[in-house]
Amino acid sequence: MSVFVTVGTTSFDELIALVSEEASAQILRSLGYHKLILQIGRGSVKPKPRRSGAFTMQVFRYKKSLQNNIRQADLVISHAGAGSCLETLEEGKPLIVVINEKLMGNHQLELAKQLHSNGHLLYCTCSTLMETLQSMDLSALKPFPAGRPEIFAAFLDKVVGFE
Amino acid sequence: MLKFGIQLLLAAVILLVLIFVFLTRLLLVLRAGSTHKPGKTGPLTVFTVAGSGGHTTEILRLLGSLSQSYSPTHYIMADSDKMSEDKICSFERSRGKQSSKFQYFIHRIPRSREVRQSWSSSVLTTLRSLLYSLPLTFRLKPDLVLCNGPGTCVPVCASAVLLGILGIKKVIIIYVESICRVENLSLSGRILYHFSDYFIVQWPVLKEKYPKSVYLGRIV
Repeated sequence: MSVFVTVGTTSFDELIALVSEEASAQILRSLGYHKLILQIGRGSVKPKPRRSGAFTMQVFRYKKSLQNNIRQADLVISHAGAGSCLETLEEGKPLIVVINEKLMGNHQLELAKQLHSNGHLLYCTCSTLMETLQSMDLSALKPFPAGRPEIFAAFLDKVVGFE
Repeated sequence: MLKFGIQLLLAAVILLVLIFVFLTRLLLVLRAGSTHKPGKTGPLTVFTVAGSGGHTTEILRLLGSLSQSYSPTHYIMADSDKMSEDKICSFERSRGKQSSKFQYFIHRIPRSREVRQSWSSSVLTTLRSLLYSLPLTFRLKPDLVLCNGPGTCVPVCASAVLLGILGIKKVIIIYVESICRVENLSLSGRILYHFSDYFIVQWPVLKEKYPKSVYLGRIV
């Protein structure tokens, strides 16, 4: 099983430094994850890729689309960016959102918080991430229903007079 | 001295009359939205405002559900936006395969507001974008403006409202607040809440706070 960590187009050094520590690798291994892929954006912490025994870690900055990485992951750990959250939930992947406490008041947090209170994702800070990993019950997360643009289309047809 | 005073008074009266006429027209134009049905006479020219930071992705999902009667589509975006054009072209390519009736054009205008730009300087840069969006709007006379919050939609909607005030054409303005906005409207949303014909929100909390808005559930 593999874990994909993504910070989008921003940087989140604290998170990247934390998950790339050996102690974190051990926790992940104990949970059955043997592959860790880090998308680090414009962060200044750039861990070296490594392969030790049954555990591998890959690192990259950006990609045109992260969809493949999300699809191949069994667990996604993400910053609170709306794009990353929605993309992950739409792929039906379990998601842990890690709040960057240095960015409090950012409107992006609103969405992650709401999705958390609706039971679609787990929500923590860097200091509680390892605890969250060890105590999480991913099967309790609720699937995220897809948006329905066809309702908008029907509404608009009525508004402009197409029937 | 007296003559100057009279001239000044006259100028003030003319100005007041102009402001009164402008505001009355504005009110009429904003009220006309619910009765204006341009679709009864055929396909509609659509203005769509694209923008980085998720706006383009969301607006393309909405466009993807619309029939071929919404064509041509004119995309308007900030000149510094690098990501949106690729997304739009690939969306339109796949839509074009389904029907050749979908036509689209891309227009660039100077960015009206950078992220975190201050209020006061935003006013100036927005006026600059208005100088570019006005001629575009007057030339293409859209039936519909569809937008979801990048700063660029403020000057574009202002141009559309002006078209109505001058009696040239009533443009229907549809604003769809981004799914990211759960409790508070974006800056563009707070402005365009007052100037759009239909203001759609995607979370119930916002519907409660802004009673004039329309809640259709999650649509993107």
